[in-house]
Amino acid sequence: MAVKTTTPQELARLRAAEAPRRGRSPLADAFRQLTKNRLAVASGIFIIILILVAVFADTMVISFFTGEEARPLLAPYGYAEVNFRYHDLGLFTRTEDGKLFLLGVDYLGRDMLSRTLYGTRISLAVAFVAASVSLFIGLVYGLASGYFGGRVDNVMMRFVDFLYGFPLIVFVILMQVYFKAISRRGATGLAGTLINLNQSMGGMFFLFIALGALNWLGMARITRGQVLSYREKEFVEAARMVGAGDVRIIFRHLLPNILGPCIVAETLQIPGYIFLEAFLSFIGLGVNPPTPSWGLMISEAYQALRSYPHEVFVPAVALTLTTLAFNFLGDGLRDAFDPRLRGTT
Amino acid sequence: MTKYITRRMLWFLPVLFGIALVNFVAARAMPGGPFDFAGDRTIPASVVANLERKYHLDWPMWKQFGGYLLDLMRGDLGPSFHFRSRTVNDILKQTFPVSLQLGVLSLLLALIIGIPAGTFAALRHNTWVDYLSSFVAIVGTSIPNIVLGPFLIWAIALKLGWFPVARWGADYTQFSLGFIPPMTLKFWEHAVLPSMALGTALSARISRLTRASLLQVVREDYIRTARAKGLRERAVIVVHALKNALIPVITILGPLFAAIVTGTFVVEQIFGINGMGQHFVDSINNRDYPVVMGTMLLYSLLLVIANLAVDITYAWLDPRIRYE
Repeated sequence: MAVKTTTPQELARLRAAEAPRRGRSPLADAFRQLTKNRLAVASGIFIIILILVAVFADTMVISFFTGEEARPLLAPYGYAEVNFRYHDLGLFTRTEDGKLFLLGVDYLGRDMLSRTLYGTRISLAVAFVAASVSLFIGLVYGLASGYFGGRVDNVMMRFVDFLYGFPLIVFVILMQVYFKAISRRGATGLAGTLINLNQSMGGMFFLFIALGALNWLGMARITRGQVLSYREKEFVEAARMVGAGDVRIIFRHLLPNILGPCIVAETLQIPGYIFLEAFLSFIGLGVNPPTPSWGLMISEAYQALRSYPHEVFVPAVALTLTTLAFNFLGDGLRDAFDPRLRGTT
Repeated sequence: MTKYITRRMLWFLPVLFGIALVNFVAARAMPGGPFDFAGDRTIPASVVANLERKYHLDWPMWKQFGGYLLDLMRGDLGPSFHFRSRTVNDILKQTFPVSLQLGVLSLLLALIIGIPAGTFAALRHNTWVDYLSSFVAIVGTSIPNIVLGPFLIWAIALKLGWFPVARWGADYTQFSLGFIPPMTLKFWEHAVLPSMALGTALSARISRLTRASLLQVVREDYIRTARAKGLRERAVIVVHALKNALIPVITILGPLFAAIVTGTFVVEQIFGINGMGQHFVDSINNRDYPVVMGTMLLYSLLLVIANLAVDITYAWLDPRIRYE
């Protein structure tokens, strides 16, 4: 009987079959799950487009072809150029001096397209800054409370429970009224520099503070819950046995594991921040005019609803689409990270 | 149960005290006092000193705070800076019933539409009814009041002419029981669009939550037992499943009340309703700080009481909560 010899090809195939499979990290798994959700992917692309628009809204382009002077590519006429010769024009109008207004013009002659595009800056800035501030405060608070446990945890959580009883929206409104009131009068010193900073940012600085102070309670509770569940796991015990200190355990072992669900939870809050900013701008407590927040644009235009409905609906559609995109993306993220919840919304 | 209630009520008092403190500090911190609006002439300094002495503005701060608390307990919220002949109490007494009607109607609409929609979607899981309802619910939660209000006015009132646009609450001032208006057809005509504007987003949230919780409840063992016993499906769902599925809906009633309150600011502004929210927004623009403070105080009180009621109801419905 002949001994069966393996050919080089068969040898290679055997070796490949025995080689250890390359594992996929949970992050890659979650990302793969996310890409299967078409709505979430479409929303993600839409948000990336919004970010690009917000960043490049005033990029100048020198046009060789038309020979006109350098104008911004996306927002051709700026968001604050008041022009009383033509006002309240409808969509797609071309004026006598050759200007084309794709989305019309509002009651002061300002180009709606430019204002809507610059409005993405306000909404996205509020969304990301408020979310980051709330995430940061909540993470720090929850990590400290959950890790140290005992009396410290008790006291910190009682404080959170106490704050939960307050209607914080009322306090945000009060804070904004106060900031608006002191901005009207001049002030010197530290308050003066803060007010000037606020004015130069179009009124957004105080708004960020107010919104960031509002929502960290839920994030603190979620973080604490995650820390409590991860604190007793074996790898933490092993790290402590090897001699790792508290700080190292928190940052090297606990934080990477809890960051995922916390970020997902925070992303689900972003539509709330966008809506809150639009609401505050609508009642006059948000950004200062002429900064083009969509809520401010709607509040300026809704009285002309019968005659010029496009002045209301252009920012309204923009606001709705942005909120929808963040909602779908947040739902997709949550489904991707926690498969048990999939299908049950 | 009583121990739980007493514990919650004990939290209630520090929160009320904190709210009153914040309101007092904010009222004192606002630039612009009661004697700035005397017309074109400035008041001489000696007159200002006398007026301050009369209104106790020269007392130390803690004494002023004590006086403020006493005023609150008597129910006196001070004069209005803008309307020289009315007090804050007058304004609130006239406008609060209208806002209350709007809020209650919107909440009822949200519950009546949201709970059946969520139940329906959960029972027909993974069919086109489910997908359609979920999609509509997500879109509903994404459309803010400031968008839905003008859209409803434009589409239904202006283009189709089915309902009138504005002027709710301006035709009558007699309320039975303090806040129930005369139930005429005119009232319901005016009430439809604002309630829809406020209630749609709420009903979308309630429907999503009902669907999610009912999907989990229906998989429980006791539902399987009920079906195995041969009960009709309707009895199983309504009597056994829904009662447990609605408990998470109770827990979001607290934030829902806050959403209703902020929603009334917007809806009253858009539909021209003579309610507390519109006066609040106007008084911010007029720098009428006593009205702002008084309205904030009333809203805070309402929300804290509502949260307390929701917590107690939740503990009553779900006994596991009481023993935490």
